[in-house]
Amino acid sequence: MARSNTQERPSRLFRNLSAKIAAVPMILTAMVVFVGFSVWTVVHSFTKSGLLPRLNFVGTLQYERLWNSDKWLISIQNLVIFGGCMLVLSFVIGFVLACLLDQKIRYEGVFRTILLYPFALSFVVTGVVWQWMLNPDFGVQSIVRGIGWESFAFDPLNNGKIVMFGVVIAALWQGSGFVMVLLLAGLRGIDDEIWKATRVDGVPAWKTYLFVIVPMLRPVFVTTLVIVTAGIVKVYDLVVAQTDGGPGIASEVPAKYVYDQMFLNQNLGQGFAASTMMLLTVAVIIIPWAYLEFGGKKRG
Amino acid sequence: MADIAFVIPRGAKPRRRISSRNVIIYGTLIVVALYYLLPLYVMVVTSLKGLPEVRMGNIFSPPVEITFEPWVKAWSQACTGLNCDGLKRGFWNSVRITVPSVFISILIASINGYALANWKFKGAEFFFAVLMIGAFIPYQVMIYPTVILLRELGLYGSLTGLVLVHTIFGMPILTLLFRNYFAALPDELFKAARVDGTGFWGIYFRIMLPLSVPICVVAVILQVTGIWNDFLFGVVFTKPEYYPMTVQLNNIVNTTTGVKEYNVNMAATILTGIVPLVIYFVSGRLFVRGIAAGAVKG
Repeated sequence: MARSNTQERPSRLFRNLSAKIAAVPMILTAMVVFVGFSVWTVVHSFTKSGLLPRLNFVGTLQYERLWNSDKWLISIQNLVIFGGCMLVLSFVIGFVLACLLDQKIRYEGVFRTILLYPFALSFVVTGVVWQWMLNPDFGVQSIVRGIGWESFAFDPLNNGKIVMFGVVIAALWQGSGFVMVLLLAGLRGIDDEIWKATRVDGVPAWKTYLFVIVPMLRPVFVTTLVIVTAGIVKVYDLVVAQTDGGPGIASEVPAKYVYDQMFLNQNLGQGFAASTMMLLTVAVIIIPWAYLEFGGKKRG
Repeated sequence: MADIAFVIPRGAKPRRRISSRNVIIYGTLIVVALYYLLPLYVMVVTSLKGLPEVRMGNIFSPPVEITFEPWVKAWSQACTGLNCDGLKRGFWNSVRITVPSVFISILIASINGYALANWKFKGAEFFFAVLMIGAFIPYQVMIYPTVILLRELGLYGSLTGLVLVHTIFGMPILTLLFRNYFAALPDELFKAARVDGTGFWGIYFRIMLPLSVPICVVAVILQVTGIWNDFLFGVVFTKPEYYPMTVQLNNIVNTTTGVKEYNVNMAATILTGIVPLVIYFVSGRLFVRGIAAGAVKG
């Protein structure tokens, strides 16, 4: 701030103007799209909008309908299952892999490249590949049966009870490398002195990781957690490509519910209410985090 | 055994190479790496088999008779709805979407980042914070008002409209990337140019833009993979003839009519994944830098 203040003095108005004009796209995006559009959607979630958005308010009717809809309840249940599994497993897998790669091993770059490549792919590609991998007649199930275990049954994509685990398998394949890379970057930032100190004290490596390194990595963990969680709430393309919400409505997710209501069922009000619930979910995660991050920075 | 006997006299180094610790580390990593590679392997072998062979064997068996017919079919004959001109239409749509989106979004975000880093004005930090928090808002919340905006602008369903959408929603991460990069450059550069009387745009085009080539490369990698892989915006904001490759792939694979041609589907999947994969394998660490930029705050 000090720098720009002193330098802007000679012809302040003109230079400020240039910077402000340059920042117009950013200001418009932030205020019109992010704030304005979100408010618009929240406001319209209290209306009876059907085929077209209208401002005929009906109170919380859309929300009552939403929470009485089987499809929405299953979507929420699926999101909880998917989210819970993803958070726990992607962090466990990501952290273990990051620790393994952090052992000053050879070919680290090769391993890292292999473990992260699914992350470069589209969710659609991931969904389609895992649909094929989990195909009951040709995929994993038929192979296990082929090697002698005749009664083996693992057909998540046609079994509504376990279909979300089929989606979790695909999502983990794609996403755990991302968690690994972020945690590895955190591990690399840890001072070598810490390692020397624990080694001098004879603390076993696994204990150091669990009780010294993990607490030190707390900021990295929190940031990764926020990013992964925001991604979980948005899960859409993967489900569309892998199961299309099936069998029946067993693998519906909130983001798909929103799309279906808005663009297929011409029931905009339901779409707005459901997307407002998604916004609320993300807000519950983001606001405390943003408060800690940005609020803390100002005070510190 | 012979190996151990041979290396023991040489001291500490060999013990490290054969220790059970290393067996566990490398063993685990190799098993995990093979698991991660498995779907890629399955994609490739399935796409090289004829349909009868796919139906007879299992997904892991290598092709007995290699055929490239599924690839040809996926590229130029696969059907989506009534159209049977293959994935090539989606490929060229994706190119026509990705190229201008990447160029425009990076140009705008780099100017934003430059203004934020070097020409702070009142309220700049506030708008930036809103932009950053806004990046977490689920797209589903903003998608319908965006449809209305594009309709009002006469861009709904067009490629231009989709380019605009990608520019808008790519802005938070790119602005962050450029702001942090410009803020880390030495102040003297900026001061010297100011002393010489160079203005906002002069400094941007003559000093900052040429210096930002490394971060531009990171931004290009991030945007090309991100936009190429997009599905939601493609399906919402364009009409079928402009569908990007991802949407077309989904429609080809998940069509409910006709015989399921698994080999063609897998060829189509590889074709869709190949652009981001090539970028990923060529760019190496730069890709990591791009995705980590969102997580490491400056």
